[in-house]
Amino acid sequence: MPQNEHIELHRKRHGRRLDYEERLRKRQAREPHKRSAKAKELFGLKAKLYNKERRNEKIQMKKTIRAHEEKLSKQKDNKDVPEGAVPSYLLDREGQSRAKVLSNMIKQKRKEKAGKWDVPIPKVRAQSEAEVFKVLKTGKRKAKSWKRMVTKVTYVGDSFTRKPPKFERFIRPMGLRFKKAHVTHPELKATFCLPIISVKKNPSSTMYTSLGVITKGTVIEVNISELGLVTQSGKVVWGKYAQVTNNPEFDGCINAVLLV
Amino acid sequence: MEVGMKRDNEEDSEAPEKIMKMNETSEDTADGMENADKENVLALFRSESGEAAGPPVELPIVLARDKLQQILNAFLQQEDETPYSFFVNDKEVTQELSKVMDSKTNEEKVMTILYQPQAVFRVRPVARCTSSMPGHAEAVLSASFSPDCRHLASGSGDTTVRFWDVGTETPHFTCRGHRHWVLVTSWSTDGERLASACKAGQIFIWDPKTGKQIGRTLTGHKQWITALCWEPLHLTSDGKCVRLASAGKDGNVRIWNTNHGSCEKVLSNHVQGITALKWGGEGLIYSASQDRTIKMWRASDGVMCRTFQGHGHWVNTLALNTDYALRIGAYKPEAMMQDRPHITESEKRKSYAEKQYKEALAAAGGVERLASGSDDFTLFLWEPSKSRKPIERMTGHQQLVNDVKFSPDTRLIASASFDKSIRLWSGVNGRFLAVLRGHVNGVYQIAWSADSRLLVSGSKDSTLKVWNIGARKMELDLPGHADEVYAVDWSPDGQRVVSGGKDKILKMWRR
Repeated sequence: MPQNEHIELHRKRHGRRLDYEERLRKRQAREPHKRSAKAKELFGLKAKLYNKERRNEKIQMKKTIRAHEEKLSKQKDNKDVPEGAVPSYLLDREGQSRAKVLSNMIKQKRKEKAGKWDVPIPKVRAQSEAEVFKVLKTGKRKAKSWKRMVTKVTYVGDSFTRKPPKFERFIRPMGLRFKKAHVTHPELKATFCLPIISVKKNPSSTMYTSLGVITKGTVIEVNISELGLVTQSGKVVWGKYAQVTNNPEFDGCINAVLLV
Repeated sequence: MEVGMKRDNEEDSEAPEKIMKMNETSEDTADGMENADKENVLALFRSESGEAAGPPVELPIVLARDKLQQILNAFLQQEDETPYSFFVNDKEVTQELSKVMDSKTNEEKVMTILYQPQAVFRVRPVARCTSSMPGHAEAVLSASFSPDCRHLASGSGDTTVRFWDVGTETPHFTCRGHRHWVLVTSWSTDGERLASACKAGQIFIWDPKTGKQIGRTLTGHKQWITALCWEPLHLTSDGKCVRLASAGKDGNVRIWNTNHGSCEKVLSNHVQGITALKWGGEGLIYSASQDRTIKMWRASDGVMCRTFQGHGHWVNTLALNTDYALRIGAYKPEAMMQDRPHITESEKRKSYAEKQYKEALAAAGGVERLASGSDDFTLFLWEPSKSRKPIERMTGHQQLVNDVKFSPDTRLIASASFDKSIRLWSGVNGRFLAVLRGHVNGVYQIAWSADSRLLVSGSKDSTLKVWNIGARKMELDLPGHADEVYAVDWSPDGQRVVSGGKDKILKMWRR
């Protein structure tokens, strides 16, 4: 086994044989003769296989030749004339208005991402942890009192499964769990009882948000598909945000205003 | 109609007594001197060029406008009654003298009354749509009458140019050849050819008599063409329009010889697309571009003479004060209103055109002025042959200015803007005169009537509106189009208005 590229190295240093091109040309010129001789000689399965291979080769060859011809020949521009003709003084302007719409859309999205909504109740009383959580003393390590019970209304998703009681730090009582809210549409001046999808933001603390605590001023996402609202592009709006306007823990129901 | 008749009768009856009237007024003034001092005023008539007509006369301040007219005609010893408009302290006299006089005018001083001759003929406002001509399969992007009003051509987004019979208002020829939207069409000033350019950057020359292409297709522009402009008729060597200038989005101006089908010169200095192109009567080409500059080129050797800077955004349009004279070439509107003279000898045509141009230039004070409208909501007025500083920056529009047109008598500038208004400015110094409101959406194009008394505008709100310039009011509202109106033109003989737009229909309007 050669340990290096000896032939390439030699070629690099000394070049090819002087009659290399000539020999190559002759070899290539002989190739069709060789092939035909072989095709004549073969019979049986071998011939079948060989002919099939040769046929495919020829198809490929013809295809590439045709592709090259297409590329080389100059063709008439048969592109259809686009619709929506505008005079020259408006030609550079369409893009502008469309770009404006686009940038507005981006702005809108950014606004949503930042979580800043123009809400009906801008200022909410802070809920202290002592108020929301009741300390429970249970189990073997009573003295540590690490368990908490939520005393406010909560929303718990359908897919939630309780942890084993030994490890459960927050208890959300069944009696204070809500699945529906009375949502008022400010423009339609109508109220609907809509299922809650999630708690978007509890202004007092992010922990309350993740626990799904609903107090006055909390922004919740509700399922408004039954209202039949439609976006500009024609799709049915599914979820929308609403802000809670009452104290659900006192009233036993959730009242909210849709953020439009 | 009746009122007009009545006035005519009055004038007829009063014509022989004109001098008498003068005496009467002088008697009146003598009486007035005794009775009340604020009743009379010493006035002197002056033309625009500053020549005084007659000696200063004492006039009662309650003198009506048409009496002023009679006095002036008597001074100038004119047989035919040329209508005049009168100005005192830059305010037009519409009813009587006392309305325009302020408290400061005293009888000691001589009050100067400036008079401007108006067109002797009158164009009646168009009032009804006489025909809606379907045919184009896409939006109509341009429509224009030939200078001799015999032909009408329109270019459309369906890649065709169509000629229409003006008399019967029916289709005449359909010219196929372009491969993309036909953006601009332009009549040669001798009225024998039409140039059309498309978004693919090709220019075709058509014969309006046969609807066939003349010569070769002119190719060279790399992007679409935004403006076409023929050489003014009086500058041509033998009264036949041969040279054509075109400007495109690629920032080049090309001058073509349409007989040979070859490009004579390429004028390139703009760094962005050119939006408007004008070939002035002094052999200078003006081009406005999106690179915020206007450039002046000498057409004979293609040298760039001047760059006008001042706009803060794209320059959208240009207008020369002699535009109308250059457009109609050898044909006089007043002559065309009676019968259609057809001038066949090209030499004669050239001399007529030269005369017409000189007249227009004289009316404008002997200077070619250029108005430009821009995306920065302003207009500029330039005297391009004198200085590269603007005469006036005309502000007031609240949106971009899309079209600017000088009136045929060169005294007024009308500008159309996307802020739904049309503004009128003085064509001499660019002072603001009036704003015409009424459209409910952006105004795309405007066209003057040949007597400068009316203006028609086409808008995005799918209507045309005819404006009375004297009264600064809307004269008529012409609804009818189903969509935006892209092109509007008033024929030089004042009979017809043509409009085309997004609804693919060409409409003809008559009085």
